[in-house]
Amino acid sequence: MSAPPRTATEAVEAIRAGQLSARELWLACQAAATDDELNAFTWVADADDGPNEEAAALPFAGIPLAVKDLFCTEGIPSQAGSRILRDYRPPYTATVVRQLLDAGASLLAKTNQDEFAMGSSNENSAYGAVLNPHDRGRVPGGSSGGSAAAVAAGIVPWALGTDTGGSIRQPAALCGIVGLKPTYGACSRYGMIAFASSLDQAGPLTRSVADAALLFSKMVGRDPCDSTSLAFPEAIELPRSERLDGLRFGVPDELTGEGVETGVRAAFEASVALVEQLGASVERCQLPHAPHALAAYYLIAPAECSSNLARFDGVRYGLRVDSQDGSLEEMYSRTRAEGFGAEVKRRVMLGTYALSSGYYDAYYGRAQRVRTKIAEDFRAAFERFDFILTPTSPTAAFELGARTSDPLAMYLSDFCTVPMSLAGIPAISIPNGASGGLPVGLQVVGPAFSEPRLLDAAHALELAHADRVKTIALPSPLRFEGNENGAAGARE
Amino acid sequence: MNLQPTIGLEIHVQLDTRTKMFCACELSFGEPPNTRTCPVCLGLPGALPVLNAQSIHFGLMIGHALGCELAPQSIFHRKNYFYPDLPKGFQISQYDAPLCRGGSLGDVRIDRVHLEEDAAKLNHVGVSGRIHGAGSSIVDFNRGGTPLVEVVTEPDLHDAEEARVWLALLAATMRQLGVSDVRMAEGSLRCDANVSLAPAGSGELGVKTELKNMNSFSFVKRGIEAEIARQRALLESGAEVVQQTLHFDPRSGNLTSLRSKEEAHDYRYFPEPDLVPIAIDEEMVQRAREAVGELPATRIARYEHLGLSAEHAHQFAFRPALGSFFEAVLSAADGASPRELATWTAHVAAALGERDPDASALEPAALAALVALVGAGRVAAGPARTVVLARLLSQGGDPARIVEQEGVGALDDDAGLADAVAAAIAEHPDAAERLRAGNAKAIGPIVGHVMRATKGRADGGEVTRLVHERLGL
Ligand SMILES: [Zn+2]
Repeated sequence: MSAPPRTATEAVEAIRAGQLSARELWLACQAAATDDELNAFTWVADADDGPNEEAAALPFAGIPLAVKDLFCTEGIPSQAGSRILRDYRPPYTATVVRQLLDAGASLLAKTNQDEFAMGSSNENSAYGAVLNPHDRGRVPGGSSGGSAAAVAAGIVPWALGTDTGGSIRQPAALCGIVGLKPTYGACSRYGMIAFASSLDQAGPLTRSVADAALLFSKMVGRDPCDSTSLAFPEAIELPRSERLDGLRFGVPDELTGEGVETGVRAAFEASVALVEQLGASVERCQLPHAPHALAAYYLIAPAECSSNLARFDGVRYGLRVDSQDGSLEEMYSRTRAEGFGAEVKRRVMLGTYALSSGYYDAYYGRAQRVRTKIAEDFRAAFERFDFILTPTSPTAAFELGARTSDPLAMYLSDFCTVPMSLAGIPAISIPNGASGGLPVGLQVVGPAFSEPRLLDAAHALELAHADRVKTIALPSPLRFEGNENGAAGARE
Repeated sequence: MNLQPTIGLEIHVQLDTRTKMFCACELSFGEPPNTRTCPVCLGLPGALPVLNAQSIHFGLMIGHALGCELAPQSIFHRKNYFYPDLPKGFQISQYDAPLCRGGSLGDVRIDRVHLEEDAAKLNHVGVSGRIHGAGSSIVDFNRGGTPLVEVVTEPDLHDAEEARVWLALLAATMRQLGVSDVRMAEGSLRCDANVSLAPAGSGELGVKTELKNMNSFSFVKRGIEAEIARQRALLESGAEVVQQTLHFDPRSGNLTSLRSKEEAHDYRYFPEPDLVPIAIDEEMVQRAREAVGELPATRIARYEHLGLSAEHAHQFAFRPALGSFFEAVLSAADGASPRELATWTAHVAAALGERDPDASALEPAALAALVALVGAGRVAAGPARTVVLARLLSQGGDPARIVEQEGVGALDDDAGLADAVAAAIAEHPDAAERLRAGNAKAIGPIVGHVMRATKGRADGGEVTRLVHERLGL
């Protein structure tokens, strides 16, 4: 093997062609994960636990996969970034993880994340902040920050994340990789430790659009264990488009104006021009209710989380802090006081309040009506357009600690990604050059179950970007025997 | 002051589905603790509920049986509160869109019928048997997630005995439907009662209290009686009733307060996002309607119309196995009166106790044949019950042949019976003398003698006639 494969697709091809063994790749990734300095992982497999010979014959050829901590993995710590689940080892494996392992992926590591997926910087983890591989003084984004950092740094070919209001797309943008949030219901949520049930979706974080399609192709499907999952209406093929001829793109005023930093806006405008050069039409459009999305989201998501997190009570698993007076109530409150971090407590309290009798209609009820309006806005837009384009995040990666004392500023990180989550529609973030030397993302949004077209369009843009927009690449940390120093030089 | 009680009931009945409401665990009947559990019913992180379709079917059957209006779709809500028997920190229940609304059973109107999951079972280690003051508590999740139907009545009941009888009718209805076998001792039916008192004819309702979790018909009656007495004493002494939730201890007969209105939970209901609403289509409604069959209230009316006593009509209607057996005897019988057949069916029930007739060797046709033999005077009622029926129950067979084999056939007015009468008169000259003198009761020892001599085979009326004939009376 002369150079480490750049993508998962290349790695699978190299193993098939006999240029690389699954075992070799596993050992290189395992060593890199063990040496990780970004704090991207909460658990790494032993070197001996790698793929066997049979795995090489499977679709994913035994290549390593990193999985966000909140996916349940049998017998392996699944802590959701929380102290309350320290060393919790579930008795079962989440459906999507099971499907990927069955397709021949090898579980290399669990990745760090914001506690219970609540955060946009990965600073809310009980296991420490994750560093952005492009600038270790900055955040990788969140909540799937560990997955994004690990993939961007080249430690693993690809990783699994979850997106509730932007938790795949925003860290993908801030780390300069591809992140897909699928249609709500496309992938099973069974075994994903829930944050907000009506919004949570699993999705891939990868170094290419083709990799995202490949991983996604084995994630989809109706799961009898998840009533909200649906059979995907068609097979997911690898994207091949190089052009966007005849496609119509809408650019919503509400998500591309105020609040978007200059460098991000410049990169966005450059890609709008690129879209037109590839044969598509671009028009401005309106999503009139989108500006209310954050407010609705910060009622719905906390309301659901306040109920979803009630099970962490110290009775059956995870942390228990005994009461001093022997009362059950005190055991509950001490356990939860010590087990949950500040952001989780804030949202549990917000949600509890929003659902309280007398406030339900004014808060939760009204937020659901706004959500319906936002979905209607998108439906109307998709009558005129095939896709909608926005920046993924209004800013590039910010410095560690910059927003920790200002929750509202932190919440604004998801300004461009939350509306799609509320509408349950798919959106992909792809690298879109840089702002101030830091990666920037472009978000492409489609109607429900349009992932095959969405991936095709993203693929065409990715190809064009490779030619015209400088994508930031990092040297690979992978080392193969007999090639101790060659790896770094293999990258552009 | 003439105070009239008003009572409304909330009844929880466990449904006899094969598996739990939201997971694939089979229902538990006394298995070792925590052996019927899975990630879903243990509320493990990441687990999701999937609705058991049979629970909806049973709910719709109950809706039909009680004449309710059925909801167009099933929608579940989360009822949030913390308790160790509630592993998720919320119970999946129905809130503002119950599966069934309205309807009635007997004279009592139904407010709503909805589905929900049962909590786990807490076993408190320590003296009190309650969570407060227990040394420790052990949770058994076998019961957690069992489907429950909750039936809420309008406040249409006015005394404790009436409430008990109505509850028994509801339980019989559930059993007849086959949706629950209602083993109260095992907690598969639990009843809460709302009780208030107000001056009769005032048209107003007083402050109500709620009696929680009574698990037998008699506890329900005793609990309500105790609460009526407590409220009556308060009101008659000029005090006020405080709205609160009470626990009735059947051992001591005491009522203790669980919580007052001020401490009431805010359950923060919201639609369960992990379940999708399921449309109740015409096919589901039709399937449930066809599964309902005849209900106890209808059956009681039909039996009484056939001429059965009220006691037998209730007995057979409330015990479906007995009712079906009676129906089979009725259809096998040729000419016997339903009332007579009911009496013999009741003899069967008395002989079998808790066991159902199906579990004995007795065929319905054989009982019909035996009743016919008795009616035709071929065997006297006494030996028919004590000898023939007893053998039919244990071994089965043909009643006529058993009569023959056991030698219990009726003796008619042939020489045998006449000789026995003559012998009896000879043995009891004093009695014969008193009988001649007009003392009708004096015949007793003479008839008794004949019966003993004929092993009960003689017909009592025929013996009396022959005694009178012989004495020239
Ligand atoms: Zn279960």
